[in-house]
Amino acid sequence: MPGFPQAAPIEGLVGGLLIGLAAAIMLLGNGRIAGVSGLFARALAISPGKTPRQLAWAFIIGLPIGAGLVELVVGVNANFPTPAVLLIAGAVVGFGTQLGSGCTSGHGICGLSRLSKRSVFATLTFMSAGVITVTMMRLLGLSP
Amino acid sequence: MTRENVLALLSGVLFGAGLAISGMIDPARVRAFLDVTGNWDPTLGFVMGGALLPMAVAWQVAKRLRKPLVSNDFHLPSTSDVDWRLISGAAIFGIGWGLAGICPGPGIAALAVQPMSALLFVLAMAAGMRLHSFIFSARSLSRA
Repeated sequence: MPGFPQAAPIEGLVGGLLIGLAAAIMLLGNGRIAGVSGLFARALAISPGKTPRQLAWAFIIGLPIGAGLVELVVGVNANFPTPAVLLIAGAVVGFGTQLGSGCTSGHGICGLSRLSKRSVFATLTFMSAGVITVTMMRLLGLSP
Repeated sequence: MTRENVLALLSGVLFGAGLAISGMIDPARVRAFLDVTGNWDPTLGFVMGGALLPMAVAWQVAKRLRKPLVSNDFHLPSTSDVDWRLISGAAIFGIGWGLAGICPGPGIAALAVQPMSALLFVLAMAAGMRLHSFIFSARSLSRA
């Protein structure tokens, strides 16, 4: 992509369409939101709710299966941070998504496309917080 | 396995494959999207756009369905108020997302790509979720 040599717009668009299709199957087939944080918490019985735990597990187990298939066929690049950052960030993400009732999938994809006011505010908030965090870390010379 | 669980599994597999194809399993790429004033990588924008398209159509179709294909009812969030929990939760989630470049979907999907790193993140995420339910169920008990 001109100006952004590292960007992968075609792969991004194709992968994005698949993600949207996956969420559409969950909505039109099961009548449910494909919200990963919510389904994960439900699968582990961390959050109360009416979603059957088996259904939540089925969706959650599908995620690494799909990613593993792509890894087998074309390979996947993944540069992960240090263990300390993984532990801190994981705990912060877990707490925040429960308090805010959703993450990038539930608010960012399912909620935004529904034009839900809560999801619009949530998405603007976590996007801004992410931008500020990454920018501050770069300015302070911290890398994950 | 019920038809509902089969569709949830299919949705999870497609979702995980989409995350892998789009490069969203790579935390470095996600952080590069949030680094808008640095060496910006716009790929995540294409992923969001690609995912929102099928979902925008799906919400229009859902409005015209009396019930989803394999479930007796739609099970959708009905809350509409933007409160402090939503905003502070989204802000906390965004900080964790910026720290590591991992949100719940890619973190779980990456179990098939970078098992050790992803497992650390996922376990910490579950712990963060537990902490949230511990604090807030304790608070609602003391109010009762």
